[in-house]
Amino acid sequence: MALGEPPSLIIICPGASFAAALRQRFHVLDFFSSGQSPEAFLAAAAAAVPGPPRAAVVWAGGPFRVDAAFLDAVPSLRCVISTAAGVDHIDLHECARRGVVVANSGNVYSTDVADHAVGMLVDVLRRVSAAERFVRHGLWPVQGGYPLGSKLGGKRVGIIGLGNIGSLIAKRLQAFGCVIYYNSRTSKDSVSYKYFPNVLDLASESDVLIVACTLNKETRHIVNKQVLEALGKDGVVINVGRGANVDEVDLVHALQEGKIAGAGLDVFQNEPKVPAQLLAMDNVVLTPHVAAQTSESRSDLCDHTIRNLEAFFAGKPLLTPVLP
Amino acid sequence: MASSVTARASGGKPPQALLLLRRCDAAFHSALQQRFHVLDFFASGEPLPAFLAAAPEPPRAAVVMGGGVVRVDTAFLDAVPSLRCVVGTGAGVDHIDLDECARRGVAVANSGRVFSADAADHAVGALIAVLRRLSAAERFVRRGLWPLQGDYNLGSKLGGKRVGIIGLGNIGSLIAKRLEAFGCVINYNSRRPKESVSYNYFPNVHDLASESDVLVVACALNKETRHIVNKDVLAALGKDGIVVNIGRGANIDEAELVKALKEGTIAGAALDVFENEPKVPAELLSMDNVILSPHIAVFTSESRSDLRDHTIANLEAFFSGKPLLTPVFPNKVSHIAGKSNQ
Repeated sequence: MALGEPPSLIIICPGASFAAALRQRFHVLDFFSSGQSPEAFLAAAAAAVPGPPRAAVVWAGGPFRVDAAFLDAVPSLRCVISTAAGVDHIDLHECARRGVVVANSGNVYSTDVADHAVGMLVDVLRRVSAAERFVRHGLWPVQGGYPLGSKLGGKRVGIIGLGNIGSLIAKRLQAFGCVIYYNSRTSKDSVSYKYFPNVLDLASESDVLIVACTLNKETRHIVNKQVLEALGKDGVVINVGRGANVDEVDLVHALQEGKIAGAGLDVFQNEPKVPAQLLAMDNVVLTPHVAAQTSESRSDLCDHTIRNLEAFFAGKPLLTPVLP
Repeated sequence: MASSVTARASGGKPPQALLLLRRCDAAFHSALQQRFHVLDFFASGEPLPAFLAAAPEPPRAAVVMGGGVVRVDTAFLDAVPSLRCVVGTGAGVDHIDLDECARRGVAVANSGRVFSADAADHAVGALIAVLRRLSAAERFVRRGLWPLQGDYNLGSKLGGKRVGIIGLGNIGSLIAKRLEAFGCVINYNSRRPKESVSYNYFPNVHDLASESDVLVVACALNKETRHIVNKDVLAALGKDGIVVNIGRGANIDEAELVKALKEGTIAGAALDVFENEPKVPAELLSMDNVILSPHIAVFTSESRSDLRDHTIANLEAFFSGKPLLTPVFPNKVSHIAGKSNQ
């Protein structure tokens, strides 16, 4: 590649403005505007002139899995960047084996996800969206009083995963007077919240469970039937992790049978499908995977991705590397 | 009318007569009947003047609900001259003529801080719901649109938003504390600046609105604060601005608010109170950028139970000759700083 030519990179990410911003600095091979099949696109990228791409920006929500086959198809890749905090679409071990460095979105979305989780909890406990439906259906003049909600202050909130997002949720809920408990892979010396070594014990001592952990082998269905029973009939579950962190079938049963009191769900096991039974419930809040979606964080993501790419192409360490 | 349950007052004295001018749940009724001789207006089915005239023994205290049912004004006080104490069961006492009560030496109490945290929690929850389009996204999912229409519209971040709180009392302070944890910047207007806080004080609401992205109404309703959010303030707030009202409907010029929302003069609103409850302006019912709730900002089972305890504590203080726990006095200073109305 001639000196001064912008480096090549693959992007597999919907959103024209994102591609446009990257085009100002790099030579972009854009899957979503190529019109090609995934296989054809990767083959073409590997054969690209003046030089095949050394970096790829890969959307977490799409059809591509960055696995051995992907890396075989584009052997020039030395760096893969996820557009999310989650990297469950990337085989970290395979990348490490090949010396391919991986970065994620770091904290770009963390506050927005934390804000959404808190918003959903207030919504469930205080019936904000259910009250909205009541008013919009014209029921206020007809039915008069509305059912009481439940106070936030004093509730014991058990956070599963005290990473960036979990910590921000904790800080916000403390301002409401909640008591914070958590479960994480290891306890964190820097916080004064009470640590529980397993989620079952956490659930037994909590009024609310908030899933804010990554999805991996250990955390798949980390909230299951036993955990829901331990949480109990006044308990509320909030999920801003991944749908598969919760056993969705068990959750629906628990809600139908009154084994827990309510739930706030931004993620589901088979998005965009939402279990039909939930659509009829007033004690759940359902959102279409938008916890990270603000115009500000979209713009922050763009800046952050560019900074990671510039670091990589300048031979410097990534800002937000992810290791297996 | 009077309860058939025998009341047992403390100290073996006969229970004091208490005028009850609000609907109560069973637990509240029972708690009052155990301590006082309750004269229950809503159970009597009589019109108010007849009920007051027929009270079998002159009650010295009354428990009164707001919401337009009973107004404690000159006519009311004339009808029950034995009253020396009125206990309101809300934070707001705009249904009680404080000046008239003071003139007659009738002590007035409100609910103090019983509801403050719940009101603050609701205000914050409703603000998140507007900025992050929570209820609108909910509707999108429930209508089955997610598989059809794909991604939902972007919301707006809380962090960095400048929140202007009108009325930094109990509720306003709790709202401020919560929103600080989200990274909001807190501005406020109050009758006087508060030295104990570091938030930015603005001497009038127009300037507050100009420098804020969100306006939160958390003040009492009185002469000075009626329509305190008006056309001028809404224009100053601007096209990205959000209004949150957990005060009283009349704190905002509702017609101007609806117009501002229709014309995009402001970006959205979260309203728990309205000028003519339970009527909500029809135009709002079809808007996706508003959050509407039926005056429930203080509705939790926990605060209901706290209210019961608090009301009884105020009544027992009064009847034993002690000061009220949460007395309310007439305003002596105008809401607008620098202007005295006496």
